[in-house]
Amino acid sequence: MTDELWPQTPPEGPEDHEQWEEGPPREPGAKERIGPPAPGQIQLTVRIRRYNPERRAGSWWEEHSVNMEPTDRLLDALHQVKWYHDGSLALRRSCAHGVCGSDAMLINGRNALACKVLVKDVAPSVTVEPIRGLRVLKDLVVDMEPFFAGYRRVLPFLINDEEPPDRERRQTPEERERYDDTTKCILCAACTTSCPIFWADEEYIGPAAIVNAHRFVFDSRDRAAGTRLDILADKTGVFRCRTTFNCTEACPRGIKVTKAIQEVKRAIMFDRL
Amino acid sequence: MTTVHTYDAVIVGAGGAGLRAALESSKRVRTAVISKLYPTRSHTGAAQGGMCAALGNVEEDYPEWHAFDTVKGGDYLVDQPAAIVMADEAVDAVIELEHWGFPFNRTRDGRIDQRRFGGHTRNHGEAPVRRACYAADRTGHMILQTLYQQCIKNDVRFFNEFYVLDLIMTDDGRCAGAIAYELADGEIHVFHAKAVLFATGGYGKIFKVTSNAHTLTGDGPAICYRRGIPLEDMEFFQFHPTGIYKMGILISEAVRGEGGILINNEGERFMERYAPTIKDLAPRDMVSRAIYQEIKEGRGIDRKDYVYLDVRHLDREVIEKKIPDVTEFARIYLGVEPLTEPVPIQPTAHYAMGGIPTDVLGRVVIGPDEVPVPGLYAAGECACVSVHGANRLGTNSLLDIVVFGRRGGHDMAEFASGLDAATPPPDPEREAVEMLRSLLTGPNLEFAADIRADLQRHMFDLCGVVRAEDGLRRLEGILASLVERYKLIGVHDRGRNFNTELMEAVELGFLLDVSRTVVAAARTRDESRGGHYRDDFPLRDDERWLVHSLAYREKDGSVTMEYKNVKLGPYVPMERKY
Repeated sequence: MTDELWPQTPPEGPEDHEQWEEGPPREPGAKERIGPPAPGQIQLTVRIRRYNPERRAGSWWEEHSVNMEPTDRLLDALHQVKWYHDGSLALRRSCAHGVCGSDAMLINGRNALACKVLVKDVAPSVTVEPIRGLRVLKDLVVDMEPFFAGYRRVLPFLINDEEPPDRERRQTPEERERYDDTTKCILCAACTTSCPIFWADEEYIGPAAIVNAHRFVFDSRDRAAGTRLDILADKTGVFRCRTTFNCTEACPRGIKVTKAIQEVKRAIMFDRL
Repeated sequence: MTTVHTYDAVIVGAGGAGLRAALESSKRVRTAVISKLYPTRSHTGAAQGGMCAALGNVEEDYPEWHAFDTVKGGDYLVDQPAAIVMADEAVDAVIELEHWGFPFNRTRDGRIDQRRFGGHTRNHGEAPVRRACYAADRTGHMILQTLYQQCIKNDVRFFNEFYVLDLIMTDDGRCAGAIAYELADGEIHVFHAKAVLFATGGYGKIFKVTSNAHTLTGDGPAICYRRGIPLEDMEFFQFHPTGIYKMGILISEAVRGEGGILINNEGERFMERYAPTIKDLAPRDMVSRAIYQEIKEGRGIDRKDYVYLDVRHLDREVIEKKIPDVTEFARIYLGVEPLTEPVPIQPTAHYAMGGIPTDVLGRVVIGPDEVPVPGLYAAGECACVSVHGANRLGTNSLLDIVVFGRRGGHDMAEFASGLDAATPPPDPEREAVEMLRSLLTGPNLEFAADIRADLQRHMFDLCGVVRAEDGLRRLEGILASLVERYKLIGVHDRGRNFNTELMEAVELGFLLDVSRTVVAAARTRDESRGGHYRDDFPLRDDERWLVHSLAYREKDGSVTMEYKNVKLGPYVPMERKY
C-alpha cells in the first residue's frame, strides 16, 4: 500500500540526478522573495554540503542567500533555506536554544550547535557541513547509532546494589560538585566528532562516552567505577586520547571534556594500578 | 512496504512521561517506545527550575500545603483528588529519582536542597516556601537523562525517529495500536498493541513567541481529536512571564525564586502592586498579565512590549551556581550581561494545561461521565488529568510527568497483561497513508511555512495573554482560511529518506486542528480564570464556569463544545489573591 507513495527510481550517478523526480515547482516562487534585505536585516550566504543518496552518489555544495535579522540563529537561516528554497534539505533540530543537542554541525570548520550561532557572528557567509566521523545519511543528518553505542558501553546509569534508605542517599555539596561538570552533557556528539582520533578509528569510544563514564565514576553514590574504568582502560578507551583539546573547544555546554578524560586516565593509572 | 510489529504496550513519546511510563510498563509486558526524536532530545530536557515535593528538608512543609497551592494556583479548575494524589506521591517520586542517580543540589548536611518557586507557599498562602528540588537550572535535563539512563539499564525497546500518524481503533471503540512513519526511510510501520500511551508533549508551536521546541506540535492530542476523542480545557494555555524578548526562550522562574525581580521603565518593582504578599513569585498567569498591563499603560521599556528581569543585586556566586544556564542564554541570544545589565523579557507561550482527558490512572476518558477508551492512555503535557486546572504552578509539570507517567505505565501494563489482543480493522494504515499521499501530491501553491507563520502570529496576537470576543471571532475566520490554504500546500521533497518536509506538513495540520479547539473553547468561555483572561469578562464566574470544557471535532472540521464538572474536594473556591 505504501510503495506507491515513493517513486521507484534507484539512486543514480551524479550526471543522472535529473532523473530524480522533482515535485511541482514552487508556484509562489522562492526566488522572488530573495530581494534586497529589509532595513535592519542582513544577507547571509549559506554554503551547505548536501548529500542525498536518492539523488546522487556523492556529496555536492549548494549556496543559498537568505535575508535574516542579525540576532537570528544560524538554525533560523537553515530553516529559511528549507522552508522557502529547498524542502529536501535535511537537518535535525528541536529546542533551538542549545539544550536538546540535535543540531550539532560543522560550521565554518568547527563543531557547534546551529541554534547557538548567531547570524551576525558569521555574516556575510557561512559554511555548513555534517559532523565528521559518523556516516552521513542525508545532508546534515548523520547515523548517530555508533555514537550512542559508545555511550551505552560505559554503563551510563547509577549502579549501587545496596538497599537504599527510605529517604535520599546523603551526598555533601562537595561530593556533588565533584561530578557536576559532566552532568551537563546533552549527547550532541560535537566533542566526539571533533576528535581526530575518532575520525581515524571508529573503535575509539570517544570523548562523550568518557564524559558520561566520568559522571558516574566520580559520583559518591556509584559502586561500579572499577567496571567502568576497566572498560575505558581497554585499547578502544581513554588512552587513545592525544589531548588535542578539540573536544573541549567543541562542547556547546562548556564542559571541560579534556580535563574529564585526564581525570579518568589518572583514576585508571593511580587509583587502581 | 509496511512493517508490522506486535507489542503488548506501545508508548508514543520519549520525554519524561513516556520514559517513566516505559520503565513501569516494560517490567510487566512487552513494551515499545516510539519517538519522533532521539529520546534525549525531548523537551523535558529544557525544563529548568525544579520539581516540587514537600520533603521539608529546609523548612516545614506538608503535601497538603502543596495540594492546596496546586488547586489555588489552578484557579480552582483543578480536579482536587488528582492534585492530592500528585502532591502525596511527589515525595516518593523525588526519592526514587535520587535513588536512580539524579544529581540534586544538596544542603550542607547532604540532603536534597530546596528552593522557592512561584505560587508555592507555607500554610495556605502565608509566605513563599522552599519546596522545589533542583539541579542548578537544568532540572529537566537531569530528569530526562536519569530516566533515559534507567531505560538503557532496563533494556527498553526504542523506535527512534519514528513519527506517529494515527491510532488503530477497533469498531467497538478499543485502541489496538498505532501507525508510525520511519523518518530514515519513509517506511510505514503498523504497531499492533493491547494498549497505547500518548506522551507526546505540548503544542506551544501554535504561538509565535514560545519557549517550546519546534517539534511540539500537538501530535497526540490532534490524532486523538481526529479519532473522535474530545480535548479538555484547551482554552487554558500558560504564558510564562519571563521569555527572552522576541525569541521566547525560557528564563526560569528560579531566577525570581533566587531573588530576581521584574522592573518597568520607571525602575519600579511593579509586582508589589499586583501581589503584595508574594510579589514576583505570584503564579505565572498573574505575572504575565501584570507585564501586559504595564506595557499597555506605557511602562514597558522604551514604551515597547517588554520589561526587565533584574538580578544585578544578587551574589555572583548564586548566579553562577544556581542559575548558570539562563544567564548564559541572556549572554548568547541578547548580548546582555545579567551580572551588570537587566534582561529584556516578555511573556512566552509555555505550557498547555489542556489536552487529552484522562483519569488518575492515565486512562483516556470521554464525555461528562468519563467513559474510558479501552487500551488508550495519556500522560504528561499532552494529557489533562486535570492537576493544573486553569494555570499550572512552576515545577508541577516535572512532577506531573513522573507521577502520572508511572501511573499510566502501570495501569496500561495491568490492562495489557489481562486480555487478548483486539482484532484490528483491515488495512489499519489506510488513512495515514492517504494523508501522506495527499500531502505529497498537493498542488504546491502555498508555502507551509507561510501558513504556519500566519497561524502563530494571529494566535499570539488574538488568543494570547489577553483575549476578547472580537478578536476570537476574527481568529475563527482566520483559522478557517488557513485550513483552506493548507489544502494548497505540497511537499517538494519526493524522496523517502529523512523527508522532514513531509513530517512538517503533517505537523502543520495537527497545529491547525489544535488551534481551532483552543479558539473555540476560549470564545465560549466568557469568564476569566487562570491562564484564560477575557478582557470583556474580567471576572471568574463559578456559578456558570466551574466546569471543564470538552472540544469535539465535527465531520466538517468545526468544533462542538461540551462540559463536565470539576471534581471538588476539601478546598472551597475563593478569590485568588497573593
